[in-house]
Amino acid sequence: MWSRVGPRATFGLAALELGETIDDLLILTGDTSTSAGLERFKKTYPEKFLDVGIAEQNMIGIAAGLASEGIKVITATFAPFQTMRCCEQIKVNLAYMKRNVCMVGLASGVVLGTLGYTHCCIEDISIMRSMPGITVVSPADCTETVKAVLAAVHHEQSVYIRLTGGAGTPLVYDEDYQFEIGKAIVLRGGGDITIIATGTMVSESLKAAAILSEQDISSAVIDMHTIKPLDTAVIDKACESSRLIVSVEEHSIVGGLGSAVAEYKTKLTNTPPQLFIGLPDKYGETVGEYSFLLEKYGLTAEQIATRILNQYGRTQ
Amino acid sequence: MGDRKQIIKKLETKAMRMWKKVLDMALTAGANSSHFGGGLSIVDITATLYGEIMNLDPNDPEWVGRDRFILSKGHGVLGYYTALSEIGYIPEEDLKTFEKNGSYLYGHPVINHPKGIEFSNGSLGMGLSLGVGVALAGKRKNLDFIVYVLLGDGECNEGSVWEAAMASTHYKLDNLVAILDKNNLQQTGANSEIMSVGDLASKWKSFGWSVSEIDGHNIAEIYDALMSAKKQRLPHAIVANTIKGKGFSFAENNNAWHHAPLSLSQYEAALEELNYDI
Repeated sequence: MWSRVGPRATFGLAALELGETIDDLLILTGDTSTSAGLERFKKTYPEKFLDVGIAEQNMIGIAAGLASEGIKVITATFAPFQTMRCCEQIKVNLAYMKRNVCMVGLASGVVLGTLGYTHCCIEDISIMRSMPGITVVSPADCTETVKAVLAAVHHEQSVYIRLTGGAGTPLVYDEDYQFEIGKAIVLRGGGDITIIATGTMVSESLKAAAILSEQDISSAVIDMHTIKPLDTAVIDKACESSRLIVSVEEHSIVGGLGSAVAEYKTKLTNTPPQLFIGLPDKYGETVGEYSFLLEKYGLTAEQIATRILNQYGRTQ
Repeated sequence: MGDRKQIIKKLETKAMRMWKKVLDMALTAGANSSHFGGGLSIVDITATLYGEIMNLDPNDPEWVGRDRFILSKGHGVLGYYTALSEIGYIPEEDLKTFEKNGSYLYGHPVINHPKGIEFSNGSLGMGLSLGVGVALAGKRKNLDFIVYVLLGDGECNEGSVWEAAMASTHYKLDNLVAILDKNNLQQTGANSEIMSVGDLASKWKSFGWSVSEIDGHNIAEIYDALMSAKKQRLPHAIVANTIKGKGFSFAENNNAWHHAPLSLSQYEAALEELNYDI
């Protein structure tokens, strides 16, 4: 249904669909309409578009004021500015006051590695999931991005949608499927290992599982598109059946998907060990294109498979 | 204008009742303390807004056409809850629960529409942005309500205030009124020592607002300024020159009363000074 135009352009297409169906819709950007893929939306629905300028704190306050009056609001800007620049406004105006806004964090992870870590975002899942009442979603591909945006606008809480990957990000879902916030998707069954992944790492994990199967190791792959609230039922099941749990994310290993899974696992007894795969707890030191950084930090399918294999060997 | 004189007299009486309620609440808060000084500096303003200026339904705090009020300087709750009690949204009995375990009356307002509390505030610099959003929504929905946002002068240290000030004129929000409680003091000292806010009227003017400057304890001036703000075709800012701790000599311009407990003997002295005879 959705081509591989990349997550940001896909968001723009989802916005067009919403513009057609929702009267009381307003999309806010912080001088980022082009980056957010909203040029067509802006031209098609000028009355449903509002640029707040380079002022993210103000953007969230305005969004909360509009939401208070019953308007469906989406905000969209680069992930660091969408989450950290206005972090306390998100806490007070959205989480504390229970006003519902869909926040879209563009180009999260390390896709903008050549621009430096001001523009990369490795902390957003951690920060956003620490706030009570904020739902955190990290779609695996373009199809899921559209579904997440459409669902988030009507969700009962504010939602942060974290977009990772660039143009040409592989499709995980090539046909229509059922998407529900908070309900993980088991993409591949398997017995020995369960790989729980989010964002771009879902497709890499599927490839890694295929590599592992060549060595007769059976791996399940779960798309944990919603990190908060976490789908704990699939973790229960994974812990019963697998000998190793692996979390994979294009986010710092501090506080992200892996941490959320580990926090939940502590409530269970006799759980298998967990291998954390993600970005290191440090900022980059040199310029790095996206593929260069993913490889540097061991996030390609081959590297993921190798790391799992090494860890799995130790659990035997 | 006989009516105007009567209105002002009525509002002065209302403010007097609110001062008494402020004293009661400050005493109730006990050792938890209350933001006494900054609450008192806004009493005349909130009395005028809730007593006469704002279009409200006393029987329905959630009426869709109501004027909206945002206490951006959230620590000013003494001047806010007492106004909400005067209109009947907060039962007078409830004021006795202020800052008590289990109460909804926190030291900073928490959204509670049935009680007339429009938003949660307390972290400074956020209220005007909310006001911009609400004012934009009013325009989109063709509702003719006015949004009043009350800010502190110390609060104007926050950069986000100026983001919102810029946006208000960019969006031509003639349904937005900002009132600046200029008491010249902030938590740990005078504005001039901590962070000078300079000429606030000029600053707001330079952001494209229409601006008036008044004595924030002269009800007639407050009333006139708010009435004329309703007719402005630009966002309007009222710089209200006020006295922190207004009403009680021991607290006036004394920053020790920014956040402090009121003892029984101080309460009694204050009551005597208020000469409360309503």
